[in-house]
Amino acid sequence: MPREERVPREEREEGAGASPGRAGAGDASGGVPAYVQADTYELTVNGTRRAVEDAWLGESLLFVLRERLGLSGSKNACEQGECGSCSVLLDGVVVCACLVLGVDAIGSRVETVEGLSAAGDVADIQAALVDAGGVQCGFCTPGFVVAVHDLLRRVPGADEMAVREALSGNLCRCTGYGRILEAVRDVQRSRAGSDGGHGAGA
Amino acid sequence: MPVARVAVPTTVDEAVQALRETPGAQLLAGGTDFCVEVNFGLRRPPAVVALRRVRELRRYEVTPASVVIGAGTTYADMGGPELSSVLPALAAAARTVGSPQIRNAGTLGGNVATASPAGDTLPLLTALDARVRLRGPSGGRTVALGEVVTGVKTTSIAPDEVVVEVVLDRRPGPQQFLKVGTRNAMVIAIASAAVVVDLEAHDVRVALGSVAPVPVRAAAAEAHIADAIDWRAAGGPRASAAALARFAELVADAASPITDHRSTSEYRRRAVQVIARRALERCVARAA
Amino acid sequence: MPAPSGTGIAERVAVGQVADRVGASAARPDGAQKTRGEFAFSSDLWMDAMLWGKTLRSPHVAARIRSIDTRPALATPGVRAVVTAADVPGRPTFGLEVPDQPVFASDLVRYHGEPLAAVAADHPETARAAAMAIVVDYEPLVPLVDPDVALEAAPIHPDGNVFRHLVIRHGDPGATGDVVVEGTYEVGMQDQAFLGPESGLAVPAEDGGVDLYVATQWLHVDRDQIAASLGLPVERVRLYLAGVGGAFGGREDVSLQIHLCMLALRTGRPVKMVYSRDESFFGHVHRHPARMWYRHHATRGGDLVKVEARIVIDGGAYLSSSNAVISNATCFAPGPYRVPNAFIEGYAARTNNPPCGAMRGFGAVQACYGHEAQMDKLAAVLSMDPVALRLRNALERYDRLVTGQVLTGAAPVREVILAAASHPLPPPADPGGSILALPGGAGATAGPGDVRRGVGFAVSFKNVAYSEGFDDFATARLRLETGVDHEPVATVTVATAEVGQGFVTLAQQIVREELGVRRVVLAPASTVDVGSAGSSSASRQTWMSGGALQLACSTLRAELLVRAAELWECAASQCVFDEGEVVQAATGERLSVQDLLSPAPLETEQEFHHRPTKALDADGQGDAHVSFMFAAHRAVVDVDPDLGLLRVVQVATGQDIGKAINPVQVTGQIEGGIAQGIGLAVMEEIVVTEGRVRNPSFTDYLLPTILDMPEVLATVIEEPEPDAPYGAKGVGEPPTISSGPAVLAAIRDATGLPLTRAPVRPEDIALSHGETT
Repeated sequence: MPREERVPREEREEGAGASPGRAGAGDASGGVPAYVQADTYELTVNGTRRAVEDAWLGESLLFVLRERLGLSGSKNACEQGECGSCSVLLDGVVVCACLVLGVDAIGSRVETVEGLSAAGDVADIQAALVDAGGVQCGFCTPGFVVAVHDLLRRVPGADEMAVREALSGNLCRCTGYGRILEAVRDVQRSRAGSDGGHGAGA
Repeated sequence: MPVARVAVPTTVDEAVQALRETPGAQLLAGGTDFCVEVNFGLRRPPAVVALRRVRELRRYEVTPASVVIGAGTTYADMGGPELSSVLPALAAAARTVGSPQIRNAGTLGGNVATASPAGDTLPLLTALDARVRLRGPSGGRTVALGEVVTGVKTTSIAPDEVVVEVVLDRRPGPQQFLKVGTRNAMVIAIASAAVVVDLEAHDVRVALGSVAPVPVRAAAAEAHIADAIDWRAAGGPRASAAALARFAELVADAASPITDHRSTSEYRRRAVQVIARRALERCVARAA
Repeated sequence: MPAPSGTGIAERVAVGQVADRVGASAARPDGAQKTRGEFAFSSDLWMDAMLWGKTLRSPHVAARIRSIDTRPALATPGVRAVVTAADVPGRPTFGLEVPDQPVFASDLVRYHGEPLAAVAADHPETARAAAMAIVVDYEPLVPLVDPDVALEAAPIHPDGNVFRHLVIRHGDPGATGDVVVEGTYEVGMQDQAFLGPESGLAVPAEDGGVDLYVATQWLHVDRDQIAASLGLPVERVRLYLAGVGGAFGGREDVSLQIHLCMLALRTGRPVKMVYSRDESFFGHVHRHPARMWYRHHATRGGDLVKVEARIVIDGGAYLSSSNAVISNATCFAPGPYRVPNAFIEGYAARTNNPPCGAMRGFGAVQACYGHEAQMDKLAAVLSMDPVALRLRNALERYDRLVTGQVLTGAAPVREVILAAASHPLPPPADPGGSILALPGGAGATAGPGDVRRGVGFAVSFKNVAYSEGFDDFATARLRLETGVDHEPVATVTVATAEVGQGFVTLAQQIVREELGVRRVVLAPASTVDVGSAGSSSASRQTWMSGGALQLACSTLRAELLVRAAELWECAASQCVFDEGEVVQAATGERLSVQDLLSPAPLETEQEFHHRPTKALDADGQGDAHVSFMFAAHRAVVDVDPDLGLLRVVQVATGQDIGKAINPVQVTGQIEGGIAQGIGLAVMEEIVVTEGRVRNPSFTDYLLPTILDMPEVLATVIEEPEPDAPYGAKGVGEPPTISSGPAVLAAIRDATGLPLTRAPVRPEDIALSHGETT
């Protein structure tokens, strides 16, 4: 079998490759590793290049988003990857922002709940969560919005167990998940209704 | 508060060079263990070498004889169609790791280098006698997994070495991975077991997780059951109920579990006995 | 100084539909913001020049503190202040009921994680490192960790080790039944595990006081404790409710509030503090672990004759609300059954374990594990159907409780039992279905042949609001004025803590119901603009703050009638309010609210008190509670007995709520409460060994995920409660009380094992279950 190169799904897109930003890219052919030593670097967040200033390099992407870039929609419930409240898309893949070192996101595309909201990509998910009663204290809600969005764009017709498995990394302490599942079903129904082929895939 | 320097290499050689140039630097792969420790103030390396950009680590290769999996392969990748068809038990193990978000980030190399007794891929890797390819300043070396993982979260990997890939021989036959946790998702293993049946070599391999400081093979159980199975039975290999029961006992004998806040030694011993037997029964029919 | 950034403290304007009245499933006014990540929780607040606070906590369970040297921390670059017990300006202790807990430990550490100092620095990492640099010389002591031993042991606190000893003597203590069943039961320490960590931002004020933006359940009681310890008059300590990421009782007590204010006052700068998840486990009180002994007497026909019980709860190192928790556990010890004779003893003990206090269900949860296991035992001995036994003994209106109190309110116990029992049972497990639907989930441990199904039933009751003579009240201010577009605007000002329960929705529904006003503004909750609302706990805010708001509405409605009567020159009694307008009965003339508001806005502040309750006497007798909520749960659980793993397949419930003011929110409370009940039954426990917390993380303190939650079938019984606004009782707590005992009963049914402890652990099942075959 041929040796197949596997790269992160979105990295194939032009401009989203492994360039460490203003800290200076290592020249891959020259074999010299690049370093980030400065406390100021740039991230691409929600399609915009944002300067991160006076940062400690040990800060998580979650901390950088929340405390340095004013994007507090990603939440800090556990900071150990056990709750999903800080779910973001990193190069198009849903991850916990608390488990990404801020500097390690240099050169990657970071999309947060704020960016997805502004783009209107998740408006129906958000409306369904409110209408179905899937929001109580709301601390987990942005993470659910990101995770539901990630699932439904990949598997629009996910069945109930697939929905549960895809959301099993997002803890909610208020709702018992019943109204959240209801909201996902509502979105699936309305998307399938408005676009015949959309809901059929799996 | 160190972490004063972060290397962002794009090749393995650059990563090795960065490790050599920066004493005390630590490798960061998927971050699913590493970053937790940073967040809670438990890990403060002077510098970090981040491997996310090293694309060559994220390759795998399937040949008729072996599977070579790049260290940067994520758990989600392991569940992909090709890898899950040749290594279904690895895909099953990967599916039990953390959450979807964790599976998108965590890597095989990270699981090996972290060397947790509860590392979910390690039992299967142990059962398959995985070999780990490392690269350091003086070149590469290939080491058996059992020699890499030396204890609870300790390895023989040198500070300036990078895990490049894991090499597994293909075994013709069924394989299973079962994991016990107190929650039905997103849980650390209390006990786990991988069983690999080789229909050509007529052997059975059993490895256990979370019941010893390192993943362990149940050699006596393997030898017993390989002898006890009727490999040429019509409809596939089968074993008697008594042989299966003895197998389970011998599996438990291979465990040396501890009691901690997650469970008790006694339960872990019971659990591996039950799951190893069930795993085998899914591979080999029970004789009437 | 300006207010910090963040909309969590901003007012919530909702232009709702007039139809969004009491009884409608109106949408949350903060819902859209929350889904967009725009709602500012207490951890999201931010101010220029803000510092970060960090607490130093004891690694020891019990120790004498010989010395604390903060100099290494102060010498750390970037550190602006370090405070210890020596810096507390006012009262050195705090506490919800009695101030028995030091703001910072100074001479003795009494529990693992007790705070000793706090640091403010310009970066959280600097603050953390500086806190670690503080040198404390400890002399470790042998901790007192067994509550039964503690009751007799030398005191570990000047107030002694017995927080409260309570006895209920009812009827004939010598009575005996034909049939006697006895058992001992144990409940572990559950955590509220709200997702939004303790956090806040304290801002020094020009008057020498402090403005604190914080997530809490009761602003005014926090304020009073903070002011006492700061040595400031309460007017100079102003609390503003920041967005609250869940509470469930865990925010009733002061956690970081005083520390944060001390740091802000010391540095003269805003200070923000956010607990990490591990610190959160040390930073708030937990649900009391309990040990319970029960003996039930019944006739051969199945009538309860007497209940004897001894309940010991472990309050941990400080009092918190232990006295009220043990009162509840004792009062509700028999369950919602007619019990003519009783002898029940309750003890709350002080130990060196983590302090315990309020959590959803508050004492009734622990007792329910005992009384419901006993009812099943009794049913087995009598060869009766467990549901039939419960129906036979179910309390009815005008029955007398073991405290002597007569049930004067709605008591649809039979109805909730029948509702729970009549839901359809789930289909058997699908042999070809997903492994995720089997016990063990993704671990793929079980095949369909490894699983046994069990069904369990449990019933519970609990009080609404505060009890035992506490003057429980809530305050609401309401202003009616004409808005810019000439539409009337109602502004509601309440200090009610919105913790996720949805009072913000109800407030708007109540105003629309009462006044027909579309535009309802909810002003920020604070201690500045309005009196206390009491706590968002005890299932009480719908009744209490809802009652205050209803009272404010009816006050202004009366004033509108007076204004109309003046215009029409008729008696106010001849005017009626109809669909947002005032109508003159005689002529049919109508005046809109905005017409009546044109001379001047209307405003009122009203306090609502519930019917007074009484203290319990020496025999535990008295009308101690204002009202009771009843619920029944039936659980279906698939168990893999060889491994002790399980999956809850379905929970069906009937719940007495009085009136559903917002049916979707009621469903959300029921499902969410059941999740917490299931959690306690099968996975949630703070593991404490010799006083030491072993699992302060979401890696090891397991909350149910979406794959652990079953289908929930709920029927609400709407029998209006006479004293309650709209007839609505509370809804939040009952789902958490008997759901867990029903799950445990189902596991017993599946395995035949006694399983007397919650949470049930895999080893409790697997190692008791017969040898594997």
